[in-house]
Amino acid sequence: MKTAVIQFPGSNCDTDALEAAKLLLDGDAQFVWHTETELPEGTELVFIPGGFSYGDHLRSGAIAARSPIMKAVGAHAEAGGYVLGVCNGFQVLTEAGLLPGALSRNRDLHFHCAPVHLVVENADTAFSRAYDKGQVIEIPIAHGEGNYYADAETIGRLETEGRVVFRYKDNPNGSLNDIAGIVNEGGNVLGMMPHPERAVELLLGSEDGRGVFESLKAK
Amino acid sequence: MPQYNAKVYVTLKPSILDPQGRTVERALSHLNHENVGSVRIGKYIELNLSGEKAEVEAQLKDIVENVLSNPIMEDARWELTEA
Repeated sequence: MKTAVIQFPGSNCDTDALEAAKLLLDGDAQFVWHTETELPEGTELVFIPGGFSYGDHLRSGAIAARSPIMKAVGAHAEAGGYVLGVCNGFQVLTEAGLLPGALSRNRDLHFHCAPVHLVVENADTAFSRAYDKGQVIEIPIAHGEGNYYADAETIGRLETEGRVVFRYKDNPNGSLNDIAGIVNEGGNVLGMMPHPERAVELLLGSEDGRGVFESLKAK
Repeated sequence: MPQYNAKVYVTLKPSILDPQGRTVERALSHLNHENVGSVRIGKYIELNLSGEKAEVEAQLKDIVENVLSNPIMEDARWELTEA
């Protein structure tokens, strides 16, 4: 699956994202710098990696969401192309309006860096079909602003439409409804705070993140 | 061309928990300021703009609502004065 990993100044999980895509999505993955205005021809998956784009200035992901490449990412999503945003990538996707809601400061103000348990709430998406519904997986988080917020109507819609894909077993950050990852209405854009690309080999402590990539590959 | 100075105030919506504000509020209470409550922390941004007033006003509204604040969780207000 041809993958474009977007790099912003301050991205720091870009290499992990590229390596995971190469390992699990048949090797065809490349970096794309944020000043580009077009994705490489034939891109199937856009991976927006974690990090601290623009030093988290103004709001996490706010400036990256308005960089030149994001217009092309928006068009890719609009056309039904797959977009995966992890951690800062999730923040970028909400700031860009490709996913609803916003990520704010963790409830306890601490930066949380630890493996967490997630419940797979919807195993019928392009990003989660390799898992079973209700399966508990262990994937690391590393964020200070992962507290998912949206108004009550939006949360209600996410829940009734089955768009909450991953939920924290023990909520680390105050996210409403323990939300760890959601998809857009079309099901082709996933944002999640935990890092599946950091959990793709047992050497890294867990390989529970492989399912996200294996799901995409099974498409 | 006329020059303007804008002062922009961005605050979390009242419905959003402000953990920073609460931490400061608790610290103040420990410093014997027990009568202090509802501490909320926001952002203050200054910028200068040049242009005709009506255009600058519209531009500033666009900048504040679409870049400087996130309307999902923040409120923003601004003051524009001739520099």
